[in-house]
Amino acid sequence: MKKHLSRIYMCLIFGILYIPILTLILFSFNATNSTAVFTGFSFRWYAELFASPDTFLALSNTLILAICSATLSTVIGTAACEGIYRMRRLPAKLLNSVTNIPMMNPDIVTGMSMMLCFVAFVGVLQIDYEQFGFFAMLIAHTTFCLPYVILSVMPRRNELGKTYSEAAMDLGCTPLQSFFKVELPNLMPGILSGFVMAFTLSLDDFVISYFVGSSSFQTLPLLIYSMTKKKVKPDMYALSTLIIVTVFLLLLLSNIRSSKKLRKGGGRS
Amino acid sequence: MQQLDIPKKKPSFMRTIAAAPHIVWAVMFIVLPLIVVVWYAFTDAEGHVSFENIAGLSDYADTFLLSLELSVIATFVCLLIGYPLAYMMARAPKHRQKFLVMLLMLPMWTNLLIRTYSIMAILDDGGFLNTLLGTDLHIIGTKGAVIFGMVYDFLPYMVLPIYTCISKIDRHMWEAAEDLGCTPFQVIRKVILPLSTSGVVSGVTMVLVPSISTFYISQKLGGGTFELIGDTIERQFVSGALNTGAAISFIMMLLILLSLAIMNRFTDADEGGVIV
Repeated sequence: MKKHLSRIYMCLIFGILYIPILTLILFSFNATNSTAVFTGFSFRWYAELFASPDTFLALSNTLILAICSATLSTVIGTAACEGIYRMRRLPAKLLNSVTNIPMMNPDIVTGMSMMLCFVAFVGVLQIDYEQFGFFAMLIAHTTFCLPYVILSVMPRRNELGKTYSEAAMDLGCTPLQSFFKVELPNLMPGILSGFVMAFTLSLDDFVISYFVGSSSFQTLPLLIYSMTKKKVKPDMYALSTLIIVTVFLLLLLSNIRSSKKLRKGGGRS
Repeated sequence: MQQLDIPKKKPSFMRTIAAAPHIVWAVMFIVLPLIVVVWYAFTDAEGHVSFENIAGLSDYADTFLLSLELSVIATFVCLLIGYPLAYMMARAPKHRQKFLVMLLMLPMWTNLLIRTYSIMAILDDGGFLNTLLGTDLHIIGTKGAVIFGMVYDFLPYMVLPIYTCISKIDRHMWEAAEDLGCTPFQVIRKVILPLSTSGVVSGVTMVLVPSISTFYISQKLGGGTFELIGDTIERQFVSGALNTGAAISFIMMLLILLSLAIMNRFTDADEGGVIV
């Protein structure tokens, strides 16, 4: 009885979570531009979507930005973990609190503050904000990804301790060699999950990009925003469907991979 | 938020320097922007020091209270719906849990704009729901629609930390409580609930902060009939009234960081509740 009740409850909540997404997918295949009445099956909106050069430009912009900002934040963040680990308690705590500010602050405040700061930079350097578009986005995305990278690398760094690197140095490694030969391989799982986290956060971000970005560099979320400003047209549905399907496949892939690892007995971390 | 385990030995300089790029980055792109916000908040458009922006904020008190009201209700509803869901997920058989978590993650990783837009298309006056039922319900533009949007968009952020927290509780704990004569309800109240406080706190934060500052949800589901504080900031940004926008952002940041600091006081002892 109790089991049935909880099953019904879960079905209900997940049902509500998925109905809007499923209707969106359904209407992306609609033959007319209605998003309320399904008149017939067609790929019309997908064709229209692929015919528009904006889509591909936004897609490649989004991917380039996500790869660059995830890489940059992972490199800076991993190095920072090493440094923070060796720091005294008080400065480490202070630095951590500062790093976490973008994570705690509402996106709109982070976006607003960075935009104001960039406007000031651009004013001092006498350059055009439009040309600065990509770099403004790169800086903003790297900044809000950093705390998540540190959050996933730091626990591993603490777990590792310093005995291994001391042993490596006793055996003649320079500090740099011991970092690359001993610490880095051990930190790899944390670094990878930090990278993936940063990558997805960057792909998904709208609010901060909206404030910081300029018309010269449009990403997918910004494209979707401008699409929803106009009268409803199912080409946005088609784009959303493609994004949802991609997310679903990635999730499925990572799930299969981690369950395979579980079966091998490696466990997951 | 997280606890650091740092040995109290003399730090080796060569290693500490690895943090240098990060320190420079944090100063330039976290601290400096905040200083710029404060500077904008306390100057006028010509760059003279003025308190007009801050003084003028009383005009927005109603907007702020409305945002607070809607987001607190939405957070509460999320907690009410999400806690039982998280509990049921944590008690489900192990092999099914992975699937359920994935089911929860998919909407979470779908862009917020898409999710909000999809419910707007359903609830709209000539939308899917009205066509399906053959009714003429007017939902968009009501407070209820905005609250529903917040709950729909942010529910996974409430469920996931609570689920993580409950699933970490040792099964022996509730078995012991049952053996000692607790009813299932008492087990929840006396064992599970106290042990999952940190999950609840981080869930509440993760729902409250984005919903109090949202502007897309209220734009789409509020139908332009009311303005939340996020809309106000966005409007100032679009119209170029950066000083007022900065002043509102500054106050909002102070309030939120302050309440987060207070909340963290209560859960300082444990490191749990961090998502993913």
